Amino acid sequence: MSQVTMTVNGKEMSGDAEGRTLLSQFLRETLGLTGTHVGCDTSQCGACVVHVDGVAVKACTMLAMEADGASVDTIEGQAAPDGTLNALQQAFQDHHGLQCGFCTPGMIMSAADLLKNNPTPTEAEVRHHLEGNICRCTGYHNIVKAIMAASGQDVSSIAAE
Amino acid sequence: MPKDSGIGASPKRREDVRFLSGTGNYTDDIQVNGQAYVHFLRSDVAHAKINGINLDAASVMPGVIKIFTGADFEGVGGIPCGWQVTDRHGEPMQEPAHPVLAQGKVRYVGDQIAAVVAETLEQARDAAEAIEVDLEELPAVVDMKAALAEGATKVHDDLTSNLCYDWGFVEENKPAVDAAFEAAAHVTTLELRNNRLVANPMEPRVAIGDFNRATGESTLYTTSQNPHVIRLLMGAFVLGIPEHKLRVVAPDVGGGFGTKIFHYAEEAFCTFAAKALNRAVKWTSTRSEAFISDAHGRDHVTKIELALDAENNFTALRTDTYANMGAYLSTFAPSVPTWLHGTLMAGNYKTPLIYVNVKAVFTNTVPVDAYRGAGRPEATYQLERVIDKAARELGVDPIALRRQNFITEFPYATPVAVEYDTGDYNGTMDALEKMADLSGFEARRKESEARGKLRGFGVNCYIEACGIAPSNLVGQLGARAGLYESATVRVNATGGIVVMTGSHSHGQGHETSFPQVIAEMIGIDESMVEIEHGDTANTPMGMGTYGSRSIAVGGSAMVRATEKIIAKAKKIAAHLMEAAEADIELKDGAFSVAGTDKSVAWGDVTLAAYVPHNYPLEDIEPGLEETAFYDPANFTYPSGAYACEVEVDPDTGKVTIEAFNAADDFGNIINPMIVDGQVHGGIGQGVGQALLENAAYDENGQLLSASYMDYAMPRASDVPFYGVDHSSQTPCTHNPLGVKGCGEAGAIGSPPAVVNAVVDALRSGGHDIHHIDMPVSPSRVWQAMNG
Repeated sequence: MSQVTMTVNGKEMSGDAEGRTLLSQFLRETLGLTGTHVGCDTSQCGACVVHVDGVAVKACTMLAMEADGASVDTIEGQAAPDGTLNALQQAFQDHHGLQCGFCTPGMIMSAADLLKNNPTPTEAEVRHHLEGNICRCTGYHNIVKAIMAASGQDVSSIAAE
Repeated sequence: MPKDSGIGASPKRREDVRFLSGTGNYTDDIQVNGQAYVHFLRSDVAHAKINGINLDAASVMPGVIKIFTGADFEGVGGIPCGWQVTDRHGEPMQEPAHPVLAQGKVRYVGDQIAAVVAETLEQARDAAEAIEVDLEELPAVVDMKAALAEGATKVHDDLTSNLCYDWGFVEENKPAVDAAFEAAAHVTTLELRNNRLVANPMEPRVAIGDFNRATGESTLYTTSQNPHVIRLLMGAFVLGIPEHKLRVVAPDVGGGFGTKIFHYAEEAFCTFAAKALNRAVKWTSTRSEAFISDAHGRDHVTKIELALDAENNFTALRTDTYANMGAYLSTFAPSVPTWLHGTLMAGNYKTPLIYVNVKAVFTNTVPVDAYRGAGRPEATYQLERVIDKAARELGVDPIALRRQNFITEFPYATPVAVEYDTGDYNGTMDALEKMADLSGFEARRKESEARGKLRGFGVNCYIEACGIAPSNLVGQLGARAGLYESATVRVNATGGIVVMTGSHSHGQGHETSFPQVIAEMIGIDESMVEIEHGDTANTPMGMGTYGSRSIAVGGSAMVRATEKIIAKAKKIAAHLMEAAEADIELKDGAFSVAGTDKSVAWGDVTLAAYVPHNYPLEDIEPGLEETAFYDPANFTYPSGAYACEVEVDPDTGKVTIEAFNAADDFGNIINPMIVDGQVHGGIGQGVGQALLENAAYDENGQLLSASYMDYAMPRASDVPFYGVDHSSQTPCTHNPLGVKGCGEAGAIGSPPAVVNAVVDALRSGGHDIHHIDMPVSPSRVWQAMNG
């Protein structure tokens, strides 16, 4: 066991980790930040996407020790301190972009990464970007729509929510 | 104008705020003080005799608390099956024992051999690697027809064969059906496979057992669609714990799709071990474990025959199906290929004579049970594929052939024992034709051809049966449970309401849609109503959420309880206003006396109920809380027409979905936004089944597609935006809301549309192809085209 320290959602946090402890495990079990979800063990589903030093990462593909000293952003840090949802989160609620909510943290973190690099993505670009995020509930319709709406595009011509 | 509140409005989902901000409470998020962790050692062979298990080295590994094997469960009940099917000879199905941990033999890859409980999960896993298991491998039976062959290896030595049951439905119809085939002007025959699927809710299963020695109470936290059902099955049949000493909590659940209905061995294990060790025991499935331990879905092999007369009227239908049960009977497995499948074979059509034969077969594979649609997708797929083939053989338009044979008068009693109350199949087909722009299809086909692609259009209809009921009927059909639903409506002193429902929400948005109903009935703001579900400690006994039953059955229970509330509140209001009870009217959250300007607000009445100073104590009790159990008179029958347009790349065989349109009749709709979302998700899964997904076993019983590297889940780029329409609404006649249910429609209605479209595309390219089995993968399409 070694001590690992990282800045999570702007706060410095520390905990013990084994060499084999994954970042996803460390966030959930050691730091108690259970918003980051684990939906597979082959780095396919994307439910655990977080940002490490500003880059979207599947937290199950990184060891906690590799994130020592890094700045990590998770779903818990996305809303304003008073709980107000950010524009992307709000678009997901407005357009019914989630059902069971399990893939949602990864979807939000992955979509935030897309919009940072591509402020007005096309439908095809959104779908391509979500290649590494699996949702089983929504058929993706309202997720794609919500992300396009969050980018300021008019989605009213897309079929109903 | 769309409403902005109440029934028919689409308020934003209130549950979203916690899910979007990472503050949901899923089972794996729960940490019980002092919890230990369990890792299951699972069989990596499909069929073997257990000659011995040596725990010596593993037991002394760091952190190990105890290692359990089948021997520890000899005095414990097995995992029960909740439905007994009677075969065509009047005999009960063969029902094997299903131990919590394997005893004597392992019967599928994934069967639990031992369970290591340790201080940490890593220690439990490490110790499991040190267990020495002496397995004597036996031949595995994987293919269903081979499993039924003379001399086949038996999955269960104490059964007479691998045949669970041979079911005929309706058996008495068989001679008349056979005669109709003799007399038919045309017979269309199709053999097909409904591919085996893995449900794959994104949240893997989790179970945490806890035990309080001081009170003797056990608690199970579990990822379940129906915590009361788990409490009853596990408490009464497996562990012998009475309900008042057993609490089952299913908090936020990350999708279910059927596979979280069932009572699983891991739940019983964690509850048992927590008591044995006097500390909490937690199990979190990995995705790899989920593939080999969650009940799979579908896996039917069918020959279907359709008889038509000289005018193209359907005269008879005959099917012969083999249904895979896997190695053990999962909770509702026997009901899926029978009562949830045979009863749907009439579809939307007035075929007068139908006979369905189903042979359910044990194999050395993961148990198979209900997956979104459960039996109804299998029925719809066969029927809508054979109709499409018949239209081609007869040279008639597939839509016209369907329309000609539609049931148009209701109620309609089918020859497969169900009575449709309402429907408008031409109405949904009209809506579909409009959405799908059929008239523009030829131009789109030409445009595709100009780019070297083949374009196809496929259509199909479906009938769903939701809210399976009534309980006395399903009891006669073999269900070992009732199928009612419950609700307690608790009105607080200041007028706010908490509804405790036996329904369970794992993505369906009940916390938003259920309050819409109650708020409309009383005329108060939706924000005054809160829904509680998922904890047996504070909800009345209810059967949970599956089979698209929540609004039709759970919603009806809630309406009945609210009606009782309103009736009592009117008595209180009458007393407060010194008026006759019969003159009291409730509107917009206020009680008034008809024909006067006297009025009291909802909150005044509720306060009087709990501060009964001015109150008719001699007539009624204080308080305002009512419970209702609702047992439906019949199923509900949503229906619809779906269309898919595909493009096939002849060079690679890749199929692209260019358009998907769905016209559904769900009766009355509470929240259109949520209903659309349910249809979208169902179509996503149906397209997944049609194009991508396949749980493939090799001949040795190894699951080849046991991770997301190998099992092709639909991704965002595999599907288009969908067109959804539910303007055609024929309300259900036998429930108070006139609702029908919408949860499974998309998954039922979409696979045949996709395959019909692919066949249409290939035929337009001159390929004489009548069928390709799902998943219609590039390799299968390419092989079909290149013979």
